[in-house]
Amino acid sequence: MILEVEDLHVYLGQSHVLQGVSFSVPEGGVTAVLGRNGVGKTTTMRALMGLVSPRGRATLAGVDLTRLPTHEIVRLGVGYVPEDREVFAGLTVEENLRLAVRNGSARYDLVYDLFPELRERGQQRAGTLSGGQQQMVAIARALLNENRVLLVDEPTKGLAPLLVAEVAEVLAKASETETILLVEQNLSVVERLARDAIVLDQGRVVYTGPAKDLLSDRQRVRTLLGVA
Amino acid sequence: MDTFVLLTVTGLALGALYFLIASGLSLIYGLMGVLNFAHGAFLTIGSYAAWWSSVKLQGTIGSVGLRFAVSVVIGLAVGAAVAALVELVLIRPLYLRHIEQVLVTVGLSFALIALVQAYWGPDIHELDVPSWLNGTTGLGGAHVPNYNFVEILVAGGVLAGLLAFLRFTRYGLIIRAGVENRAMVTALGIDVKKAFTLVFAIGGLAAALAGVLAGIHFSEIDPTQGTSLLIFAFIVVVIGGLGSIVGSAVAAVMVGLVQQYVNYKSSGIGDLSVVLMLAITLLIRPGGLFGKWSPTH
Repeated sequence: MILEVEDLHVYLGQSHVLQGVSFSVPEGGVTAVLGRNGVGKTTTMRALMGLVSPRGRATLAGVDLTRLPTHEIVRLGVGYVPEDREVFAGLTVEENLRLAVRNGSARYDLVYDLFPELRERGQQRAGTLSGGQQQMVAIARALLNENRVLLVDEPTKGLAPLLVAEVAEVLAKASETETILLVEQNLSVVERLARDAIVLDQGRVVYTGPAKDLLSDRQRVRTLLGVA
Repeated sequence: MDTFVLLTVTGLALGALYFLIASGLSLIYGLMGVLNFAHGAFLTIGSYAAWWSSVKLQGTIGSVGLRFAVSVVIGLAVGAAVAALVELVLIRPLYLRHIEQVLVTVGLSFALIALVQAYWGPDIHELDVPSWLNGTTGLGGAHVPNYNFVEILVAGGVLAGLLAFLRFTRYGLIIRAGVENRAMVTALGIDVKKAFTLVFAIGGLAAALAGVLAGIHFSEIDPTQGTSLLIFAFIVVVIGGLGSIVGSAVAAVMVGLVQQYVNYKSSGIGDLSVVLMLAITLLIRPGGLFGKWSPTH
């Protein structure tokens, strides 16, 4: 297991958002984190990134992430594509990418191969891009460096169906070389990409296992995810 | 015509002083969210360090010009070092605790000024500057004191230098991104705290530079000079837009000119007109001329 989470708790103000979350992520492939809105999926990702203070343990290849500042977690090889993209609107596309370079061997060729449009729009301010193009920048930023685990939070949110397919294709390619922990609401994307699934409900893990088993059980999908 | 030229140049020079203080304030707030009330004390420390070293170097360096240059460098170094130290020791432990940061910087401001008064006394001191600075140059029929041109040129140089630093360097890129979204910068593996210290040091250096120039401009330095100028620098930062260097430059010019023109027509009303300008700006553009504003920010 590359990533192991044990009894993770997060309090945001008075809310006990994560209430003892535990799961393991095997090396390679895509593990999906599923659940209704507000059950703690994004908070789990933010806790793993050190963007909120958790209690409990989360280890990457044996190293406890919960005691490290965010930048050191990233330098251990944890890439992050946040919900809502969070590109730097005032910087150009090229500057957004340059900022993400952690060492001299940035994978520009890989990124421009996946997103040729970003090369053409290098001097355009990221704030003037469409939602789909901003998502490309957000994913490209994370893929510039080699990651041991890539945390991707709702990458298809708000995108047109054509772009959803394009993003899924990129993540499928990325998963050939990187372990991906993916928060996703679009079950067709999950079905296509994920080998394993973790389902959260009210801050607790209520399912871990093969994604295929979960998605083929309609009754369980309806109960756990609220999807008909 | 000659009066208009004189008022314009002296107004621009006053704006230059405000810009030097405001640029650091604006960057510090933009990147770190810290309202640094001790910034005026950095100005005082810089000017006193320059004055004190100049006094001490009198027996060593005979040339007034060289002594002045060396003492200015010392003043700037002390201003930058003190600012960096304040960030490391007092601000960093209070990261994201904004109320405590305000209380600490207000307290520090009082303490540093009291320290300066205790050591060097409350009396005013005069910087030993090359005679050319206190001479005048004819411009449009007016005899304009030379130090005004120096202040304008120095502020212009600092503005160009800051913009080039922000545009072309890795740390500049980090600071521009950090002003937008600090958390996301760290999520790219960047230790943003180093940028915090650097920004504080740059702010301290610019404030110390303002301290030296203010000492020449007003022909004296005193312990409370920094605090007096800080009020106008805050106004400049708010009018220009928090976090915007260009905004600070434009607002500083506006405030300096308005203050000079109005004071000429009716002495003492200049300060009031600046406050009025602040109120109008906040009503029309709550985020300032070059800033962004949202109800929650």
